[in-house]
Amino acid sequence: MAQRILILGGGTGGTLVANRLRHRFPPAQAEITVVDQDDAHVYQPGLLFVPFGLARAEDIVRPRGRQLDSTIEVVISPIDRVDIETNRVHLANEVILDYDVLVVATGAVLVPEETEGLLGTGWMKTAFTFYNLEGASGLADALAAFDGGRLVVNVVDMPIKCPVAPLEFCFLADWYFRERGIRDRVELIYATPLDGAFTKPAAAKALAGLLEEKGVELVTEFNTGEVDEEAGKLVAYDGREVAFDLAVVVPLHGGAPYVNRSPGLGDELNFVPTDDHTLQSRVRPNIFVIGDAANVPASKAGSVTHFEGEVVVENVARFMKGEALDASYDGHANCFIETGFHKALLIDFNYETEPLPGHFPSRVGVPLLQESRLNHLGKLMFQWFYWHVLLPGRDIPGIGSAMPLAGKKKEGVAP
Amino acid sequence: MTSTTIAGHAVEVNAEGFFDEPGQWSEDMVPELARAEGIDPLSDRHWQVIRFMRAEYEAKGTGPTVRVLGKTSGVSVKELYQLFPKGPAKVAAKIAGIPKPRGCI
Repeated sequence: MAQRILILGGGTGGTLVANRLRHRFPPAQAEITVVDQDDAHVYQPGLLFVPFGLARAEDIVRPRGRQLDSTIEVVISPIDRVDIETNRVHLANEVILDYDVLVVATGAVLVPEETEGLLGTGWMKTAFTFYNLEGASGLADALAAFDGGRLVVNVVDMPIKCPVAPLEFCFLADWYFRERGIRDRVELIYATPLDGAFTKPAAAKALAGLLEEKGVELVTEFNTGEVDEEAGKLVAYDGREVAFDLAVVVPLHGGAPYVNRSPGLGDELNFVPTDDHTLQSRVRPNIFVIGDAANVPASKAGSVTHFEGEVVVENVARFMKGEALDASYDGHANCFIETGFHKALLIDFNYETEPLPGHFPSRVGVPLLQESRLNHLGKLMFQWFYWHVLLPGRDIPGIGSAMPLAGKKKEGVAP
Repeated sequence: MTSTTIAGHAVEVNAEGFFDEPGQWSEDMVPELARAEGIDPLSDRHWQVIRFMRAEYEAKGTGPTVRVLGKTSGVSVKELYQLFPKGPAKVAAKIAGIPKPRGCI
């Protein structure tokens, strides 16, 4: 009898795992169902470009079902809760789905309501986020109308999706106001809860250098307690204030709300406790987790989800055959960082190895931790790869799940 | 790694002052550790947070972040910053003798 694989979430992780599992198991062996609350698959890396008029909202959204193999069932409904005791998922439309294996791929959600004042009178007027379509589009209009003053980019607290995106926003804002010829009338400020521009030392140094070069003021260890939109200022818990005319805020993130309604499934922030290497949940052996929904100490980023995919699929297959899991995810992440003026830099790292300079994926390749036009082209080309290679579950030649070390320069050591 | 003496006990701490061996910690070291962070005297609320950090570490192997502390310790994030102005998760972890909370990236 066919086993029932139920995948919650039809975004990056849910889609690529569903398609890869279908390559492994024909319909006679596995019924695969994907549930999502809506039919809009957003290419999230594209959100960064919308505020600057470099992409339009409608260009980065496609229907979910069309990204999935035709033998995969798609159910559009919000999820009410998962009952991990009876292996059942209750949907908001009162349908109940039974599963043999569950894959949680519902990502992270924004919780701006957890920051005092953020959803106040200035929300979507003087305070925006670019982390969803509505905010990114609204911000495009606000930036077009902005003719001078203090633009503050603020990360409220970690974890957030794509931790480099707020830095990229700063770099692109510098480019954008230079192009408009009003850069001298705009103050750019980046306020972060971290003690540097980024978490990992080598990358933090390179990125702090770029901020300085582009005239962006860096405010560190700023833990936003309140956004006072009437007065136009961010107030930190320690009393420090940063004034703004326009605030671009990355709100707090959490797991999907149904996780909170599912006893035993999630942690305090509604992320699912997950083994760092096997990606099996720690709550039940027949529940696996991919992407932002997991609590693993990797970036919440599409590249992480992509590299996790191979491991999740292998381990789901082993679990179904009653074999021991041994496929191992190493925390591999890989991000193009857009730096403006048609350039980008690339970082590549995992749980153990911080982003290092050198070349990717081997000694011959694109430069790491260094601005180049080639990396910018790579970033632009990636959208095509996303829809046509990554989501259908095809392999990208030469780029596997495990982080490559060839081509990377350790300090003082030639590659 | 540096050897130091706290409340008469020899302990190993790292460059940032966090315990290398959480097992070397005992509650009688708390007042001295707190004074080194500029916290004197210790209130019941400080103790509540420090004991909570310690229990969480022992249960989960990592100390909670400020946000998680605010949701689970019974002390709001605002009050946590009043108690530990230099950063609640970091300072309370140091006083509780546990490693620096694992940052997310």
